[in-house]
Amino acid sequence: MSAMTAQQKNELPHTLQNRKAPIYLDYQATTPTDPRVMEKMLPFFSEQFGNPHSRSHFYGWEAEDAVEIAREQVASIIGANPKEVIFTSGATESNNLAIKGVAHFYKDKRNHIVTVVTEHKCVLDSCRHLEQEGFEVTYLPVKENGLIDLDLLRETVTDNTSIVSVMGVNNEIGVIQPLKEIGAICREKGAFFHTDCAQAVGKIPLDVEDMKIDLMSISGHKIYGPMGIGALYVRRRPRVRLVPMINGGGQERGMRSGTLPTPLCVGLGEACAIAEKEMGAENERLRRLRDRMYQSIVGRLPEVYLNGDMDQRIPGNLNISFAFVEGEGLMMGIKDLAVSSGSACTSASLEPSYVLRALGVEVEMAHTSLRIGIGRFTTEEEVDEAVECIIREVERLREMSPLWDMHNEGIDISSIEWAEH
Amino acid sequence: MAYSEKVIDHYEKPRNVGSLDKNDASVGTGLVGAPACGDVMKLQIKVSEDGIIEDAKFKTFGCGSAIASSSLITEWVKGKTIEEAGSIKNTQIAEELALPPVKIHCSVLAEDAIKAAISDYKTKKGA
Repeated sequence: MSAMTAQQKNELPHTLQNRKAPIYLDYQATTPTDPRVMEKMLPFFSEQFGNPHSRSHFYGWEAEDAVEIAREQVASIIGANPKEVIFTSGATESNNLAIKGVAHFYKDKRNHIVTVVTEHKCVLDSCRHLEQEGFEVTYLPVKENGLIDLDLLRETVTDNTSIVSVMGVNNEIGVIQPLKEIGAICREKGAFFHTDCAQAVGKIPLDVEDMKIDLMSISGHKIYGPMGIGALYVRRRPRVRLVPMINGGGQERGMRSGTLPTPLCVGLGEACAIAEKEMGAENERLRRLRDRMYQSIVGRLPEVYLNGDMDQRIPGNLNISFAFVEGEGLMMGIKDLAVSSGSACTSASLEPSYVLRALGVEVEMAHTSLRIGIGRFTTEEEVDEAVECIIREVERLREMSPLWDMHNEGIDISSIEWAEH
Repeated sequence: MAYSEKVIDHYEKPRNVGSLDKNDASVGTGLVGAPACGDVMKLQIKVSEDGIIEDAKFKTFGCGSAIASSSLITEWVKGKTIEEAGSIKNTQIAEELALPPVKIHCSVLAEDAIKAAISDYKTKKGA
């Protein structure tokens, strides 16, 4: 790119004017598009720009061929038939369509929905809307490690339950739910099993047959594909039917009308193909980096707690509470690292993470947590630099923390009557 | 969210971090906030015979704005009489640090902290 004039630079948003990029450690928020993915996408913005639904000429045919290859690539990574994959704008749309679509279609026969308190906001909010329409929704709790209790699920699902929605991997704490066991329970009770796998695809092996999954939401930008594209797997045998949310030209088997964005579909497909091929090696590398980071931190800092199960967890995630150090204050100190905090002081609500609260993490402790996400482009040097930076700042802020003093004096902080404000 | 330069300056180079002897009769200690709300401030003042604040120290658990608010108020109260220090308003702190609306409570906490420290000092002196 040619050098920018001072005036051009001033017109950029302030975050881009003096860009000194911090180390990116927020791979659960989004991932950079893999250059190999971008390369595959580019021709479909220019020469091969056709509408994949145009049936009368070459431009339409070549775009359609590309979309269908992408559909096969998406189907392949989850063990599905390409006919069972429909493209959407992302996992939020997929989750809305799966839950609302199934609930609405089967409402005369079954009007009960089961989900989990730690689900993504778009699942919980979809369920809240259905509750307002008169559906009955059960929000299952999770155990201290973030996983659901299968016996409780078995008791909760009835012959009135139309759909059970449980995420594959949690976006905050990275824990992996027992999908195969959940699928078996749902099938036995005749309820459809939907799983939000935005954080799971490419991170854990998924097989819709083996796991008896009926609907699965997939996101492009969480798996090194582009933003603005996702997919929904909808089982054909036994057939899952749903009421579409977007009506129109009847594309995507009538479940999701609208012209498909060919370059984005191609990007999602390629991202799946790369993930399918490289998942094993990538997980091994990330596990080594993650363990290196975690061991260094817990080895050198006392009063550090991991949130969520360590074993049933994807390798790219750590969620750690640094007791006596407030999360947002810590984030400001580690400004050379791009991470996310479980302390929601940055948001208008001032409420800490509902996911951590659901694990039984005390509000005090939830305020002290960081989510650290590593991924495909994270290097060992970056991990080491991040560890030094985190340790330095936690130590500095603890020296400044009255709670750390009290802890060292042996005062139990929960025994003090704090004035709420 | 972008912080103002003054908040960043106080956060990175906090003034008067530390503790004074809380058992000293000339020291007043204020502890306000709650861990569950994400901020706790401890503010201490050492008052001379003639009612002048000779020294002030703080320790704060909280976000950058909370740390900056407490650091700033320790700077401001030094050399002031306890009456002058007690009349500092949170709005002055918020204005000086250019705090956004969601961070106004940090300045309120700093005002509460100095008032609590003064009150503790007066209680001790009266006793």
